Amino acid sequence: MCHQTVSLVSRHLESQGITTIVVGSARDIVEECGVARMLFVDFPLGNPCGKPGDRDMQQSIVSLALGVATTAIAPRTTVQAPEQWGSDDWRAAFMRVDDSNIDALRAAGDKRRAAQAAGSGKG
Amino acid sequence: MRIAASRWTHLITGPLVRAEPQYRTSVVRRSGSQRRPLRNYRCLMAARADRQVSHRSFISYIDKSREYYSASGFDQPYCWAAFDEVPFSPHTKPLAECNVAVVTTSFLHHHDSAHGAPATGKQVYAHPVADVPDSMFTSDLSWDKQATHTDDTESFLPIEALQQLADNGTIGSLNHRFFGVPTEYSQRKTGLDADQIATWCAQDGVDIALLVPL
Repeated sequence: MCHQTVSLVSRHLESQGITTIVVGSARDIVEECGVARMLFVDFPLGNPCGKPGDRDMQQSIVSLALGVATTAIAPRTTVQAPEQWGSDDWRAAFMRVDDSNIDALRAAGDKRRAAQAAGSGKG
Repeated sequence: MRIAASRWTHLITGPLVRAEPQYRTSVVRRSGSQRRPLRNYRCLMAARADRQVSHRSFISYIDKSREYYSASGFDQPYCWAAFDEVPFSPHTKPLAECNVAVVTTSFLHHHDSAHGAPATGKQVYAHPVADVPDSMFTSDLSWDKQATHTDDTESFLPIEALQQLADNGTIGSLNHRFFGVPTEYSQRKTGLDADQIATWCAQDGVDIALLVPL
């Protein structure tokens, strides 16, 4: 939801004449919404400006973002940052759905719906 | 630090494709002894591939979240915003003269709250860059809590990095305050927050907004 939120803000700022760039890791959400410029950082959600503690990487990503912001000539410009996370395990693990957890997911969903129903019943 | 265009233009996937690959060439003998370079695309592709994939490598979070919540019994998928028209303001001002602001989806801790900050009822806010706390409240947001952490605010709120760029003259200035926006399921509410941030940006003379979602 964070990526949609800033994409909508980006669109509004851009319409007001402010140059914008979204630095994010959920490429599809940003591109479907449609923004002027995006720097795509292919990392797990949470650290779009670089790995925690890695100041050189963070400086490089922010510098690249500003480079894209000032040189793009058309909307929907997406540039992919060259930095890599170092492993791919997170891709399948995030929001995983398979036989091992589908019953637990269903039970958690039922519990959440029951709580929501109880909350709405309080008026 | 100024970014050299040659460093990144080959990565562009949008309409800005600029860089010409350095094709290997071979020479074939043609009739009349004419020599002509032949771009050896097949060899080029084999030489450049670090890996091979049968599907796109980057994650579709629209697909992932739909499947996850469907498995949790939420049958009505969330409908994400999608626009055909995209606003665009061509940038003309030199970067070294630009005032740059950051927009984040993280929040300040509210120490009077049992959970650090309210997960609901959040309000759009502005906060001085000179007073960035050691940690920001992010635990209610949907980032990858198994793969990483948000203990280093610079990994999603790059105030120090931008200040260095201001100090060395790459940008004109870091705006004196950054802006925080709550993540709403309601796109209408986000529109109101966007209007507030636009007002603040106009007041501050912001030239470039760097928007960083978690």
